[in-house]
Amino acid sequence: MKILVVDDFSTMRRIVKNLLRDLGFTNTFEADDGKTALPMLKDGSYDFLVTDWNMPGMTGIDLLKAVRADPKLVNLPVLMVTAEAKREQIILAAQMGVNGYVIKPFTAATLREKIEKIFERIDKAGA
Amino acid sequence: MMESREDMRLLLAKDLVIALENKDETKADEILDQIAGMRESMLFQEVGRLTRQLHDTMNSFALDSKMVELTAKDIPDAKERLHYVIAMTEQAANQTMQVVEDLSPISQALSDQANELSNKWDRFLAKDMPFEEFKNMSQEITAHFAQTKERVANVQTGLTDILMAQGFQDITGQIIRRVIDLVQDMEHSMVELVRLSGGKMKIGTVTKELELPGPVVPGVDDRANDVATNQDDVDDLLSSLGF
Repeated sequence: MKILVVDDFSTMRRIVKNLLRDLGFTNTFEADDGKTALPMLKDGSYDFLVTDWNMPGMTGIDLLKAVRADPKLVNLPVLMVTAEAKREQIILAAQMGVNGYVIKPFTAATLREKIEKIFERIDKAGA
Repeated sequence: MMESREDMRLLLAKDLVIALENKDETKADEILDQIAGMRESMLFQEVGRLTRQLHDTMNSFALDSKMVELTAKDIPDAKERLHYVIAMTEQAANQTMQVVEDLSPISQALSDQANELSNKWDRFLAKDMPFEEFKNMSQEITAHFAQTKERVANVQTGLTDILMAQGFQDITGQIIRRVIDLVQDMEHSMVELVRLSGGKMKIGTVTKELELPGPVVPGVDDRANDVATNQDDVDDLLSSLGF
């Protein structure tokens, strides 16, 4: 399982990476905004994307749009972990095809639950 | 075509010289009155221009809604945001120190127990232990394994808590960036005010790009009731959308 973690704050990338390691995912990579992340995703055969929303350069929602517009990435599971909490933003992310939405500050249990839920659905769809 | 003010004065002056040379006193007085009248009207015009400028400046002060918004809304908001930063950093520091205080005795107890058993084990290896004591040691070792498992699980939970507490850096960083933006805005407005009161430059309208709202600061960003204040709100909203 190859995972890309995208956030402009390195502390948050580190937190997410450590939590993923606790969940048994060790093959994780980092990018600090959408602009850096997109070419990595296109070349890298990633299985899962965890992204922030508010980032300089290219935001997480624009990254999500780009991912859904790419035939190779269209089915990539995407979890948004962000401080953006306006209802209209959450709805927009859902419309853009996000697979899960966690607002900061979050707990380890919440992140775990959302990730497990995403993979459960994928397993079900694949079976 | 009308003659300019200078041409007019020059003509009047020439006429005045002619009148004086011809000793025409009535004509000379008339021309002098005319010249004085022109001076007065210039003065009135200048006073009028200054008055208009003052009026415009006063209007600009009153109508600069940006300044009003800055002082009435943004500055109190910034104060709230900075208070929230203090609260969040304090909370993270306390959370981290609490875990350290909770885990230190656990780590100490594990270390003491391992030392004690290690000494006994050495005596056993040196064949310096009666059978009765060996039986006790076996039980102690069994208990030690069980306790170690439990305590290490506690340590692991504590480490995760410490990790999560560091999330404050992202949240407070985003909030402080917004306050920095506000300070820059204020600086800009102050410069405009200074220019305006100097009366030399027109005020420029600053169009600001729509920004992302960022972290929700309680009491500031949740007033309109259009934000999710916790994960349950997000989950409810998403499940209402069929997620």
